Amino acid sequence: MPVPRRLAGAIVFAVVGWAGGPAGAAGGSDAGDAMALAPDAARQRELLALVRHDCGSCHGMRLTGGLGPALTAEALRAKPAEGLVATILGGRPGTAMPPWRRFVSEPEAGWLVARLLAGDVHAR
Amino acid sequence: MRADGRARIAVACLALAASFAGPLPAQDLRGTGDLGLVVERERGRVLVVDTTARATLAAIEGLGDLSHASIVYSRDARYAFVFGRDGGLTRVDLLRQRIDRRVVQAGNSIGGAISQNGRVVAAQNYSPGGIKLFDATTLELLAELPASPGPDGKPSKVVGLADAPGGRFVASLFDAGEIWIIDASNPRVPAVRKFPGVGRQPYDGLVTPDGRWYIAGLFGEDGLALLDLWHPERGVRRILDRYGRGEEKLPVYKMPHLRGWAIAGGFAFLPAIGRNEVLVVDTRDWREVARVPVAGQPVFAIARPDGRQVWVNFALPDNGRVQVIDTESRQVVRTLEPGRAVLHLEFTPRGEEVWISARDDDRVTVYDTASFAPVATLAADKPSGIFFTSRAARIGF
Repeated sequence: MPVPRRLAGAIVFAVVGWAGGPAGAAGGSDAGDAMALAPDAARQRELLALVRHDCGSCHGMRLTGGLGPALTAEALRAKPAEGLVATILGGRPGTAMPPWRRFVSEPEAGWLVARLLAGDVHAR
Repeated sequence: MRADGRARIAVACLALAASFAGPLPAQDLRGTGDLGLVVERERGRVLVVDTTARATLAAIEGLGDLSHASIVYSRDARYAFVFGRDGGLTRVDLLRQRIDRRVVQAGNSIGGAISQNGRVVAAQNYSPGGIKLFDATTLELLAELPASPGPDGKPSKVVGLADAPGGRFVASLFDAGEIWIIDASNPRVPAVRKFPGVGRQPYDGLVTPDGRWYIAGLFGEDGLALLDLWHPERGVRRILDRYGRGEEKLPVYKMPHLRGWAIAGGFAFLPAIGRNEVLVVDTRDWREVARVPVAGQPVFAIARPDGRQVWVNFALPDNGRVQVIDTESRQVVRTLEPGRAVLHLEFTPRGEEVWISARDDDRVTVYDTASFAPVATLAADKPSGIFFTSRAARIGF
């Protein structure tokens, strides 16, 4: 069962990524644009699990911080979405934050940042 | 006759009352030496497990945020002290299978230790950064030690807290780059000896099983910091300096953990940061003697209690595997796939079996360490740490 689901996710993603290509190239990774390119439901669940458990190993499962800073909506309020997307994808050299590009595409990072800014990573 | 009958009824009533006093009535009297806890990180719950029966006995709810939870045991091995991410410190009774006491002692915490005499529990906190000492019976706060500030001026996060002989604790300060020896023999007035400039970003530490050495791993540079607890006046020295040989390190998706596990037959097996290697050091002179290439970046490298094997799990994306190093040949002799997102492993007290948690498959698998065959599987909801009561008698926990 996991294989077909993952495969379906990949196919949807290929399409979304292709459709989102020109917008991404022109406009960068605006969180609003990324919302329009929301991942499918199965991939959304995977991404939210990644945030809670894998990002959570440094930032806390409830994102209240740990070795890394808190990622609650309140903590992130003053930070521009593009910068957050860039941090997720590229990491922060000199700190313990690694680049997550190999696990998360740019539209996915944009979608995640929108969820984080909305304080909406636990509800589903 | 009548009096006898009444006495009999009274005895029966007492027996009935006793049976309601807790989940373990008299006929079930038992020890705790083969018990342990499995952390269910998302549900804030711990499972009481029995390593002889390979079974779950009970689930205890209400422990708060258990991401990165760790556990130490009272010296009678009846009570577990569970340190939660949310600063919760919970004393759990393994026999009554319930929470005995609970305090929320900080905003953000990652672990702690229990003193040599079992009377003092120490918690290491990220926010506010520092160490707190508690009475192990009442959880009364005995002393607070705010951490030295890091480069941002805020109290440093405290990592690598371990107990050491002489009523001491040892810890490292991630942001400030310090190691502290805390003499808690008078726990209301602890004395702290600080060792500054030990290296950039110590991320965890361990006390060797003999209680003599404290080793802190460094995230910010290639090397580890070593302190001789027999001779603290000699100061901290660097070991495995520049083990990365200036090569760019791989991105680190999960910090390794040290604790006092990976000492086997006079050699320490230490996870390399940002490299798919386990570093082997001779504990007599602390020189590197080998590197074992492994399947990913090691998170835990844990010696079987007899020291013949070291079992290693890995950070993302290689976290579905566990490898076994034979400590004599220093080669990987087995690769296992216990499930998705292997977070932790714990040996039974004498090491004939090992329990391995696979978070994303919601299970704990028990392996025979001689044949490598899985011998049991237990359901658990997003299991992370596994902690057996045999930790109660170990130095460095």
